[in-house]
Amino acid sequence: MKNLRHINNSFNDDKVIDACSIFGAMNTSGKRFSGTGVIKAIANMHDRGNGLGGGFAVYGLYPEYKDLYAFHIMYLSAEGRNETESYLKECFDIIHREDVPSRKTAKISNPPVIIRYFLDIEKRQPDASLQDDYVLNAIMHINTTRKDSFVFSGGKDMAVFKGVGYPEEIAEFFCLEQYEGYIWTSHGRFPTNTQAWWGGAHPFSILDWTVVHNGEISSYGINKRYLEGYGYHCTMQTDTEVIAYAVDLLMRKHKLPLEIMAKVLAPPFWSDIERMPEKEQELALALRQVYGSIMLNGPFAILVAHHGELIGLTDRIRLRPLTIGEKDDMVYYSSEESAIRLISPQLDKAWTPMGGEPVIARVKQNELRTTESKVEAALSRR
Amino acid sequence: MKIDDMTAVKIDACGIYYRELNEKLRQLITNGVENIEIENVCGQRYIGTDLDSRVNIEIHGTPGNDLAAFMNGPTVTVHGNAQDGCGNTMNEGKIVVHGHAGDITGLSARGGKIFIKEGVGYRAGIHMKEYEGKKPVLVIGNTAQDFAGEYMAGGIMILLGLNLAEGEKHPGKFLGTGMHGGVIYLRGTVEDYQLGKEVGIAELEQKDYQILNPLIAEFCEHFDYDNEMIMNRNFLKLYPRYLRPYGRLYAY
Repeated sequence: MKNLRHINNSFNDDKVIDACSIFGAMNTSGKRFSGTGVIKAIANMHDRGNGLGGGFAVYGLYPEYKDLYAFHIMYLSAEGRNETESYLKECFDIIHREDVPSRKTAKISNPPVIIRYFLDIEKRQPDASLQDDYVLNAIMHINTTRKDSFVFSGGKDMAVFKGVGYPEEIAEFFCLEQYEGYIWTSHGRFPTNTQAWWGGAHPFSILDWTVVHNGEISSYGINKRYLEGYGYHCTMQTDTEVIAYAVDLLMRKHKLPLEIMAKVLAPPFWSDIERMPEKEQELALALRQVYGSIMLNGPFAILVAHHGELIGLTDRIRLRPLTIGEKDDMVYYSSEESAIRLISPQLDKAWTPMGGEPVIARVKQNELRTTESKVEAALSRR
Repeated sequence: MKIDDMTAVKIDACGIYYRELNEKLRQLITNGVENIEIENVCGQRYIGTDLDSRVNIEIHGTPGNDLAAFMNGPTVTVHGNAQDGCGNTMNEGKIVVHGHAGDITGLSARGGKIFIKEGVGYRAGIHMKEYEGKKPVLVIGNTAQDFAGEYMAGGIMILLGLNLAEGEKHPGKFLGTGMHGGVIYLRGTVEDYQLGKEVGIAELEQKDYQILNPLIAEFCEHFDYDNEMIMNRNFLKLYPRYLRPYGRLYAY
């Protein structure tokens, strides 16, 4: 394994207290919108971070290549780039390759090289049902064995832009005001237990899943070991990474409904399970037995996105904040209501979900649903 | 800004950093201004912190976290919603929010009054305390999410449940967990399993109504509610069963 310590912490802090900012916006009609508002909103929570990490995930930004896997890869050396590019050529047809556009800014110093590739795998892996796993294995291979190379994102028609800086500085650096997408998530970092480096900024992703997170996952060790058994290897030195892989495992591989997945990550208390009706109780107990090693312990508020859905979830006793705003077909998620009001002052609804209750925005359905309805549906199917 | 008019001063907070805004407030108060109106507030933290005069501050917009923290005297009215930590460790004065408030509303308050028209998030009134004449009050029009009154050591919290139907129980759990002082008056119903282990439940006595009535009247005045409508529903009193619930935990 390569050396993963790339430190860029100008404050020389070993540990600081934590208060990241998260912000997400989705157009439930699937209409694409510019990132200007999201950048403004996350910048309004500037004081929650400390400039040691900022990032964005955008969905629907590459319509011209929407059927190709879009890889954003960070290189810390020319040698690493050579190693990885020769591997990419082995595994994929590279349809297009270019530098991720960026501009020189006063605030971002020593940026790494970041290249994006639009990759076709039809000829290498024609079976559509195996393509995602093929890509996942390639990403894990690059992250764990190719020198100085880290895949920031590798899904279709989506991308992660991130680095060391305040989120608004990262947005300026990557010219994000020029992109349009129908889901945006963003993050301002206040690193808790790990070093600040470009790979450690949020969002974390695998395939088209992305996660931004405020909090700290104290179950990181057990979660990491559990995921290793399924071929997921943590290389980014930040606890949040396990959430991205957990979601991919639970939803894509194990095909759990989103609402059930939320019950795995933030299971109901034993005292709540005791009072549940029999069938619901049976389900809750089964989830805790089967998935005990992947439940998330510790405080968290997360936004999980993939094509078609944006999910907000906090730990069961909401040790980190999350507030929701709705306006026509826009849904906003934020650490603070003021950030939403800044870009959408006249909300139809502003509310705060209960801890452990996922808030799910879906394309076309134009409605928010909480857990209960889907859990009942899952039970009645049994 | 019109300094010559000592009665009302308007500030446009659009794009102003919180430190600058609070400096401006301090300066105005030093100059004897008694009424201040702040417009376009959007996330500025600590508004009104540490101020110690009887000034009235009207806020339009969404003030940021720790509104009126450590405040000692002013009346702050929010025309909108408040975020987390509203009234953090306030000592004296009043906060009136014409909307909802976020988590840890009134945390560690040691005096003064907070009136919230709608609901509040998690851990409302956590570790409020009292000493002799200092007794903080937190009145919540709707209801609170989990852990309201956590580690409460003093003061009065009132949950009116105005958004709840007749007979509908308050949804919050772990109510009063670790409570060892003060009192919670709850309008409507709650089940035993929703209460912290340290909490006792009782009907109100005459002396409780003597405390409750003027506070409800004040709430109605602020938000234009009908006093009789509110007092028509039954109240419960939640109180700490022990003053030192863990006093023997570390003593052998």
